[in-house]
Amino acid sequence: MYDKGKVLTGLAIFVAIVTFPVWYDLVHAQHVPKLEKPTLSKKCVADIAYMRTSHMVLLDNWRNEVVREEKRKLIDVEGKPYAKSLQMGCMKCHPDRKKFCDECHTYASVDPFCWDCHFQPKKEAN
Amino acid sequence: MKILYPFVAVLGLIVIATIGSRAGMEPLFGIVFPYLAILIFLGGFINKVVGWAKSPVPFRIPTTCGQANSLPWIEQACFDNPSTSFGVTVRMFLEVFLFRSLFRNTQADVYDGPKLRYGSSKYLWLFGLLFHYAFLVIVLRHIRLFADPIPFFVKILEFFDGFLQIGLPHLYQSDLVIVGAITLLLLRRLLLTNVRYISLPADYFPLFLILAIALSGMTMRYLTRADVVNIKQLAVGLATFKPVIVGDLGTVFYVHLFLVCTLLVYFPFSKLMHMGGVFMSPTRNLANNSRMVRHINPWNDPNLKPHSYASYEDEFREFMVEAGIPVDKELPAETPAAE
Ligand code: HEC
Ligand code: HEC
Ligand code: HEC
Ligand code: HEM
Repeated sequence: MYDKGKVLTGLAIFVAIVTFPVWYDLVHAQHVPKLEKPTLSKKCVADIAYMRTSHMVLLDNWRNEVVREEKRKLIDVEGKPYAKSLQMGCMKCHPDRKKFCDECHTYASVDPFCWDCHFQPKKEAN
Repeated sequence: MKILYPFVAVLGLIVIATIGSRAGMEPLFGIVFPYLAILIFLGGFINKVVGWAKSPVPFRIPTTCGQANSLPWIEQACFDNPSTSFGVTVRMFLEVFLFRSLFRNTQADVYDGPKLRYGSSKYLWLFGLLFHYAFLVIVLRHIRLFADPIPFFVKILEFFDGFLQIGLPHLYQSDLVIVGAITLLLLRRLLLTNVRYISLPADYFPLFLILAIALSGMTMRYLTRADVVNIKQLAVGLATFKPVIVGDLGTVFYVHLFLVCTLLVYFPFSKLMHMGGVFMSPTRNLANNSRMVRHINPWNDPNLKPHSYASYEDEFREFMVEAGIPVDKELPAETPAAE
């Protein structure tokens, strides 16, 4: 082999880059999301599989319906009415953003900008 | 046919992954194939590069794209015809990051006369550059699925890639760019007749495969949507050698993953190895210093001594004179033999 030093250094760098997740995960502790269970009801506003994958679409639809079309009709979960709203709907049953939304979002690296404007219920405030 | 076969091959891969993952072979497609694929990818890649490194390059053969180092008052094109390691480094950098040699692409055509003319042709360079950068950004963003906690550079990329904040889940510009660029690269092969003439199945297959990977990924993000949290558990599991499949990850995900595995396996044995090849090209990575440094052919037999012309003539002068070949030094004046 010619230029052994250079070629092997290059290959070593290449392998290190490709296996980045392996050694990165080795030196960091993993944290699988642990979600706070809602107490208010047993059911979410849609079935769980749909909520897990598509809650942002549902929120987007709600937002369009409420803000653009004035359809503020309350929705019904287990006979109780809930507002079609982020802070007054979702957060009713999932009151703690940090222990629910953010658990998943930090894990999956999503940073919804909704909270720039929408409040989250504050327990400490009262 | 050259276009149909690779297209059908990619469709076939999609069908295999669909049927396989529906038929309860999730561990095969989710765990076994990814591990096999990455092993074949790394092994094949290293093997190829080591193979190249074993081929001797005894002499300097850089492509000279400008004035070589010459007399002090002649300006040297120090990056297009480098004579120092610094020049070579800059040249390699420009090649790898900006595809400088593609920028020089020309297109010959014949116009009435008939006359031949050469014009610049930047399509390959432009589409190629767009495609590669979009691909790089997407692959780097995918680290969010494999690394927990999220490394800082992934966050930065996601921010700039998604800053238009269109739709929910919000659109990544790189997704549009990659699909657009692959389509344009494909159209270039299909519409320019002279390029189509030299295109082989091995040229179409990677384009179709990567297009299918990008489209299946985008389907997962924008249309059917996948359970990213469960998928990340599998991906982190793969990286930490404790893979688990939690819940149903969805057919589209297995199709996406299987196509990526195919790409990884195909990589070391195909033209895609230009990724390693660009660094190993003697036409790029050598300095044009033949006039400053003596390069000795490594496989020269040390027992063979240099044989200069003068000594060659000494050895064969008689025969040369006899055959009427001009010689530098005449035969020693001899009294002509009596006949
Ligand atoms: C009526 C109360 C209620 C409302 C309103 C509600 N949820 Fe839920 N949510 C629940 C319950 C109960 C569960 C089920 C937990 C379980 O079964 O593990 C759940 C589950 C979820 C899950 C899946 C979590 C998991 O364990 O996999 C997501 C995501 C979610 N909700 C998001 C939302 C969003 C976003 C909104 C607002 C659009 C919302 N929820 C509104 C009660 C509610
Ligand atoms: C620029 C500030 C702003 C941002 C950012 C924002 N919203 Fe809103 N949102 C509003 C305003 C203002 C309303 C109108 C409230 C009303 O009419 O009741 C609203 C209403 C809504 C509603 C319906 C009514 C309600 O009270 O919740 C939903 C659902 C909603 N937004 C979801 C979202 C989601 C999801 C995001 C993040 C992707 C988001 N919003 C980001 C300002 C914002
Ligand atoms: C089961 C885990 C989970 C829970 C719980 C969860 N999310 Fe999400 N959320 C996700 C994932 C994963 C994505 C990104 C999906 C993707 O990248 O395709 C996401 C994306 C979003 C987005 C779109 C962000 C964007 O800019 O694309 C919004 C808005 C959102 N979630 C709101 C919420 C709110 C509000 C809650 C709490 C009520 C919540 N989510 C709870 C997993 C979760
Ligand atoms: C060659 C490598 C790959 C390419 C080019 C590629 C391409 C893409 C593209 C273009 C998207 C659309 C969304 C986005 O840009 O983030 C996507 C999404 C996705 N890819 Fe890949 N991918 C690759 C490898 C992988 C691998 C190895 C996995 C396995 C874990 C994977 C899992 C996913 C998932 C889960 C999504 C959906 C993300 C979401 O919903 O936001 N991809 N991919």
